Amino acid sequence: MPGSTQDQVMTDAQSTRPEEDEHYDPAPDQDRIRVLSGATDTAASFQFDGEDHTLGNALRYIIMKNPDVEFCGYSIPHPSENKMNLRIQTYDNVSVYTVLDKGLDDLMDMCDVVIDKFTIARDDFNAQKQNA
Amino acid sequence: MPKIPTQEELEQRKRVQINAETVTNAQSNDFPHHWPGEDHSWNLDYFKSQFRVKFEKNERYDAEFSLIGLDTSVANAFRRILIAEIPTLAIETVFINQNTSIIADEVLAHRMGLVPLTASRKGLDWMSWYREPTEEDRGSGQPMDYNACQLRLEAACTWLDDDAINRANRGETDPNKLYKNHSIYAKDLVWVPSGQQNDKFEEPLRPTNPDILLVKMRPGQKIELFVQAIKGIGQDHAKFSPVATASYRLMPTIDITKPILGQDAKKFARCFPKGVIELEKVTEEEASEKKELEGKEGELKAVVKNPMRDTVSRECLRHPEFKDKVKLGRVRDHFIFKVESTGQWDSDLLFLESVKLLKVKCERVKRGLDAMMG
Repeated sequence: MPGSTQDQVMTDAQSTRPEEDEHYDPAPDQDRIRVLSGATDTAASFQFDGEDHTLGNALRYIIMKNPDVEFCGYSIPHPSENKMNLRIQTYDNVSVYTVLDKGLDDLMDMCDVVIDKFTIARDDFNAQKQNA
Repeated sequence: MPKIPTQEELEQRKRVQINAETVTNAQSNDFPHHWPGEDHSWNLDYFKSQFRVKFEKNERYDAEFSLIGLDTSVANAFRRILIAEIPTLAIETVFINQNTSIIADEVLAHRMGLVPLTASRKGLDWMSWYREPTEEDRGSGQPMDYNACQLRLEAACTWLDDDAINRANRGETDPNKLYKNHSIYAKDLVWVPSGQQNDKFEEPLRPTNPDILLVKMRPGQKIELFVQAIKGIGQDHAKFSPVATASYRLMPTIDITKPILGQDAKKFARCFPKGVIELEKVTEEEASEKKELEGKEGELKAVVKNPMRDTVSRECLRHPEFKDKVKLGRVRDHFIFKVESTGQWDSDLLFLESVKLLKVKCERVKRGLDAMMG
């Protein structure tokens, strides 16, 4: 930390925490998605800022599960740039935007099922252990 | 009407084959248009009916469970989020007023940063993010009670008593018999609650493992410092990672295709970790039913007891006597997760948090997509 150190000391101020701080995300530049040049309605590449293999591969899988999709793939163009590219090509005039939207919805539905089943399995396991 | 493959066929498709020198059938193939006439499109009800969770162990700092019926890409997303994206509190800034020990300031500060902290879940949830101010951005400004925690470390090493120096001259080398405060441990970091922290935290903030050695000192050396702990994520620095390890492996399978008997069976069992293969006597019933077992009743036969404990060392594939008698594999959609928390979360809650965070990521992208589409 540059400059004097003493002025950094924490105070006991009873301040109310600002609301805007609540949803501050430490990963920079998120909430950003754009369409790369050369896109048509049935074939487009998207660029996501601040995303990586975590969302990229999961989203690729769930989009590939859509029978209207001819091709879906993702890449991290450069390891030191915090960006993820996703390419979608569809059959029969199906819009890539609806396909991407459906993919996100499906992935969220999947997460809900995983949470439900995991919670049930854990509670059963804990109850069983207690009874044993 | 789409073709529906048999259960057997489906099991075979998701079996990764492990041969002596190669691994085959490793890629997922449950996609539409992959198998002629079959429908593999995403179906929530089908997923609900197939997906299973099985717990093996559920302790606070150590959980082991199986997720069955998931694709690798999704299981891996959970694993990656567990390691790098769940927030924890860790020491970020160290203010050293005095350090005359032989450990350099920056090395000491680094060591402190890596000490895992723990506190009540309620208090940690209440904490919000702190952003350091820079030239352009004022960030979160001055650290406040809701975004930074303070701990203090004050220690000075002295001779144990007046005679200690003479004992040292006489050749005594045991530091416990000579010095006071010669080793400073993580437990010597004391929390200094400020503002509302006392009410919100309920139980004190403290290092998870009290006996981590931070510094060794000798008489006359002194350390006086305080630190600020803030919330962060593993992507930024490994000290913010909530897990010691979060990993998965695929469920191993062992198929004995032709009976392995007698001495061979004993040797076969020795090719695997304990408990994986067991020896059973061939019953009369089996001997009369199977041609290979004719007249072998009473002999020992190798049976697979617990493939989950196998390490898949492939040792059994090196011996000619087991050739064509055994097939090794792994189940592609059976993930055996192991999550070891470092103290701020319970291991099972960590996994739930990772699933929630994947959902939050989707929501964020969805909002971005909506904004882009106008």
